[in-house]
Order: sequence, then structure tokens, then C-alpha cells
Amino acid sequence: MRQNKLVMVAMAGFALTTLTQCFTKKKDEGKRLYEQHCQSCHMDDGSGLKGLIPPLANADYLQTHRDALPCIIRHGMDGSIIVNGVEYNKEMPGVDLRADHITNLLNYIQTNFGNNNPRYTLTEVQELLESCPPER
Amino acid sequence: MSKRNNLSLKTGLAAGFLALASTAFYSCDSGSKSTTLPIYGEREPVERVVNGETVVDTIYHQIPDFAFVDQDSQLVTQETVAGKVYVSDFFFTSCPTICPKMKSQMLRVYEAYKDNPNVVLLSHSIDPDHDTVAVLKDYADRLGIETAKWHMLTGDMDSIYDIAKQYLAAVEEDANAEGGFSHSGDFYLIDQQRRIRGHYNGTLEEDVDRLIKDIPLLLSQKEHETK
Repeated sequence: MRQNKLVMVAMAGFALTTLTQCFTKKKDEGKRLYEQHCQSCHMDDGSGLKGLIPPLANADYLQTHRDALPCIIRHGMDGSIIVNGVEYNKEMPGVDLRADHITNLLNYIQTNFGNNNPRYTLTEVQELLESCPPER
Repeated sequence: MSKRNNLSLKTGLAAGFLALASTAFYSCDSGSKSTTLPIYGEREPVERVVNGETVVDTIYHQIPDFAFVDQDSQLVTQETVAGKVYVSDFFFTSCPTICPKMKSQMLRVYEAYKDNPNVVLLSHSIDPDHDTVAVLKDYADRLGIETAKWHMLTGDMDSIYDIAKQYLAAVEEDANAEGGFSHSGDFYLIDQQRRIRGHYNGTLEEDVDRLIKDIPLLLSQKEHETK
């Protein structure tokens, strides 16, 4: 009887912690990271800036370069790229984020701003990050 | 009981009437154009004698003469903005922080006054060594702007930092700031006499809305002033 009670308490405690996890800021981590690191250039709505900064909203590049995105976030990029048929050439600074942060950030971008692309798993991002091209 | 009711009814009516009357007056007032913008910066009173009487004139802070080069290698001076209202800001093309937002907001001002030759935009680079004419040209082309309306300026670094002070803008070279320079994201509204008439946070849409609404106040003022 006494043991039953203990198990109940433990289970309740577990349920409570799991449940509260759903309501922490972690759920919005991708959005938070976007606002912190990307928004000032790619804008609130992912529209970018004319011919200077490429859009993320409905951007074909997110699909065609899906496997390159984790490394681009971590190490930045420069040189000419084409997004939705428009040429852009502006250096993007990298942000040294952890693999789980990059996963959340990419999943936020891939499923917002009119994008409806498949999500990444953490393992997938970790593997992609391991094969980043050598830093400039 | 009924007396009290009566009283409150009377007061209520009176208050209602007063409110109505005041709105009537108020609407009359706002109908006539009486809104003016403040004049920023230091001012000094200057006394002079006219017909034996002492008159006090106020000398307002004025943006001094300047000479910079724009994205088309054209010289831009006080003559370029003579008799015009202009909006000024400070940025640099490689700025990773607030500049893209400032530029997206300045584009809204550009679009709003694209067809009005009496409004000009001047964006000063605070990193003129990097932001050469060629770099500014590429930047302007990618924004899709016309030089005659929106001049991107480069020039002698000291001259640019000196003129920034005249706009009461905070800019400095700062190795600790992202991109190497720290600066305020403000837009400055300058009137036909090169006086500062407004400053707005160039990263905030609401503030830039206010700027877009303030510009006509200066444009209409031109006809009344003879100075």
C-alpha cells in the first residue's frame, strides 16, 4: 500500500515535469533564435531586402540546398547565389550554434513564412554538420 | 429620490452639451492647418535694433555646408538639397545588425515621395573606406533606387563623422560592435533651411509612419516662410 503511494507520487511528479516542458520557451526556440540571429536582415516576415538580402519566405533555395543549410548557419556564406531566380551576393555571417539549436531554427524556417518543407531530425543535422566544407 | 434623479439628468445634459461644444471647437481647430514641427538643436538669441526698438531673433542650429560623393560619383553638397526637405541617416553596407531594417524602412519613405522632387534622401556611409562609390553603386542598384532621389554618400571619414554630430547622431568606430561601427538607427528630417525638424527610429515601422506624415507639414510650410 505504502509503496503504491510512492509510485503514484513519483508518477505524478514525472507527468508534471513532462507536461510543464511543453509550456516552456523551448517550444518556441526556433522562433526565438530566428528573432535573435536572423530577423534583422531577413526581416520579420522572411521577405529579405530587395536585391540585397535573399528572402526565406517561399524560397526555393531552402529546398534545393536543404543539406547545405546547417553549415551555412554555423559558418556563414559569401559569393553569388540565386534564390527564386534573383541573384544575390552579400556575405552572411555565421552563428556558432549547437546542433539542437540549428535543428530548431531550421525547422522553424522550413515550416513558416509560407514554407511547407520537411523537418530535420537532430541526428540528420549532426551528420550534416560533421561534413561542413573547410572554413574559409 | 426624483429630485436627485432630476439633478443628475441636468448635470448629465450639461456635461453632454459641453462635450459636444468642445468637440465642435476642436474640430474647427484641427481643420485649420496649425500643426508645426519643433526645431531641434541649440539656439541662440540675437538682438538687433529695428527703428529704434530692440528685436530678438533666434538663430537655430543649421546643418553646415558639406560635400560628399554619391553612388554615381556625383558631388552632393548643400546645393543638392537647397530649398528641399530631406531625410538623412547613417549606415554602412556591411552592417549585420540594424541597417537592413533601416534600409527597408527608408525604402518606404522613398516609395512614398518618389514622385515629389522637393523631397530627397541622403544616406551617409560611416565606413567610407570600405563603402567606395562602386560598393554603394552595387548596393543602390540592388535596392533598385534612383540616384536623384536617394543619394548614398561616401567621402572623407572625418567629414562624415563631423556632419553626423551636426545631425546630433551618435556614430563611432567601435571594435566591440558587430561590424566594427556603432551608430544610432535614427532618421533625421531636415527642412528647407537645413534645420532639424524631427528624428525617428529608422528600425520601427510606427516611427517611420510618423516621418512619412510629418514631411508634408514642412512642404506646405515652404509657401508661408520668406526667410
